[in-house]
Amino acid sequence: MQVVLQYIANGLMIGGIYALIALGIVLVYKSTSVFNFAIGQMMMLGAFFLWTCAEVFGLPIWISLIIAMAGGVIVGMLIERLTLRPLIGQPLLSAVLATLALSYFLNGVTIGVWGAYQQRLPNFLPGALTIGGVVFSNDLLWSFVIAMALFVILYIFYQRTKTGLLMRATAESHQVAQARGIKVRTIFSWSWALCGLVATVGGMLLALRLGVSQFISLVGLQAFPAVLFGGLESIPGAVVGGLTVGILQTVTGGLIAPWLMEVTPYVILLLVLIFRPEGLFGEKRIERI
Amino acid sequence: MSISRPCGTYDESYAQDMAIFRTRLQWIMLIVGLLLLFTCPMWLGGQWVNLLNLIGISLIAVLGLNILTGYCGQISLGQAAFMAVGAYTSGVLTAKFGWSFWAALPCAALMAGMVGLIFGLPSLRVKGFYLAMATLAAQFIIPAIIINPLEGLTGGVHSLIVPPPKIGDLAVTSVQGMFFIIMPITILMTFFAKNIVRTGVGRAFIAIRDNDLAAEVMGINVFGYKLLAFFICSVYAGVAGSLWAHWMRAINPDHFTFMDSIWYAGMMIVGGMGSIAGAVFGTVFLRVLDELTKLFGMNLSTIFVGWASFIQGSLGPIVYGLIIMLFIIFEPRGLAHRWEIFKASYRLRPFAY
Repeated sequence: MQVVLQYIANGLMIGGIYALIALGIVLVYKSTSVFNFAIGQMMMLGAFFLWTCAEVFGLPIWISLIIAMAGGVIVGMLIERLTLRPLIGQPLLSAVLATLALSYFLNGVTIGVWGAYQQRLPNFLPGALTIGGVVFSNDLLWSFVIAMALFVILYIFYQRTKTGLLMRATAESHQVAQARGIKVRTIFSWSWALCGLVATVGGMLLALRLGVSQFISLVGLQAFPAVLFGGLESIPGAVVGGLTVGILQTVTGGLIAPWLMEVTPYVILLLVLIFRPEGLFGEKRIERI
Repeated sequence: MSISRPCGTYDESYAQDMAIFRTRLQWIMLIVGLLLLFTCPMWLGGQWVNLLNLIGISLIAVLGLNILTGYCGQISLGQAAFMAVGAYTSGVLTAKFGWSFWAALPCAALMAGMVGLIFGLPSLRVKGFYLAMATLAAQFIIPAIIINPLEGLTGGVHSLIVPPPKIGDLAVTSVQGMFFIIMPITILMTFFAKNIVRTGVGRAFIAIRDNDLAAEVMGINVFGYKLLAFFICSVYAGVAGSLWAHWMRAINPDHFTFMDSIWYAGMMIVGGMGSIAGAVFGTVFLRVLDELTKLFGMNLSTIFVGWASFIQGSLGPIVYGLIIMLFIIFEPRGLAHRWEIFKASYRLRPFAY
């Protein structure tokens, strides 16, 4: 029983990171209807930014954190401006392959600049927590807390601020939003900047656990099923999906066979696609000719 | 004698109307081209013949993907996984059960086709992006199954050693020998692909791609044809995988990763979707580019010795990623479209239109 509880606790914590990644994907999908396959690489870049500032330049950790996040925002905006904006109005496959090619490109850039080595970050987060014999290790606990905090902040941002309102309007229909005088391009840029920010935070948290290396980008692949599970357009869905996938993954991996860790998210994905394609909280689309 | 027919010349029989090669010059070019291709091993170095082998195998995979994605409009991000099914079926049958390559090849194709059908099932309910995610799931589930539950057969993460194919009693081990096995099969598969898309089936695929609801209203069995497209695509992948297994002679799940799937999709995009000639252009273009990038990277790293690992690791992905993005942004219809424009302008010369 203790073991199962520990697995569930771990799953919840890992799910926090998945929720964060899923959040980044949903933010972009909601307003631009582009699925960002390159988010894993954006996370990796964020982690490398942090490492460079903290270890190579020897800056204090808080300043490095801020610089890395600013870097993430700039990368997000650059990606939108240079690759996705020329593709507005192109068929679906173009956008899908563009972000995939982008992920390949960013992989190459990272290897070219930082090399294919694994680097370590200083652990700057305070201690672990034990509740009833279940250990919550500090990096995972913090990722969970930060993911939840970001979720609440973004939810309030979407519901209460003017920019959030404009983003929701854009998500509803690009053309109508444009006709109402909303600068749709600015909104796209904003969404990608937010995605860059969220990805950088996720990357930095993962870096504490996995080290700063190419492996971070692979975690992004595990988070895609979480997005579809929750529903592509739903922020609460991203969080619920991320946590569920995280828990199911660790429990099946821990109790049945370790190799199921990597496969479970995709089996869930297949089942979701067959039985409930729009996800838990997604919008059902009715097609008209 | 001209390449394309002059204006005002009409077909006089059905055979003429259905011909792929329409003028005498096209026939001559075909024969000269085939002669040049099959004498390649005599005047090209082993490294380049090997590249041609790789191009042939990739071309088969890309052709299948082009039928599914380019003609039927169903996005697949799992072509490499279906290749893995073919490669391992063929590899296990020949290595563990002592079958001959020629019997294992069709079995590999069928097996890959069956697995493709399973992952095509979600196309009953979902399409577009969601279907792409289902094939993405295939890309991760299939290698995991090959590595873990089937470890006893496939060797898991360790490479499976595959015996060379035999013609009579002669084992084909040389690069040049494999060339004469791979190329005829590639040409046959290209010919099949060209003809599949000209038949009623191909027309149905195109109708589904352009508007699936309208296609259904016209009486096309949309789900059936989608499954058929998945089957054909995976059969192509299976053949490619089987050839890959006997060409590499040691197969590993690492040969069939998500990145490889993106490569095949990229070849399709660069060549031009919905065009058989495009598949050829794209595959040749990207594979040759990849080879040249490798050579360039090696030369560069002899100059900047300290940076060798950085250069060799990063140059390929950067060049590849950039090329795909540039094509998607500036020429989404691919090289095939450019070729059509060139042909039209050549035909009309010296007039502008």
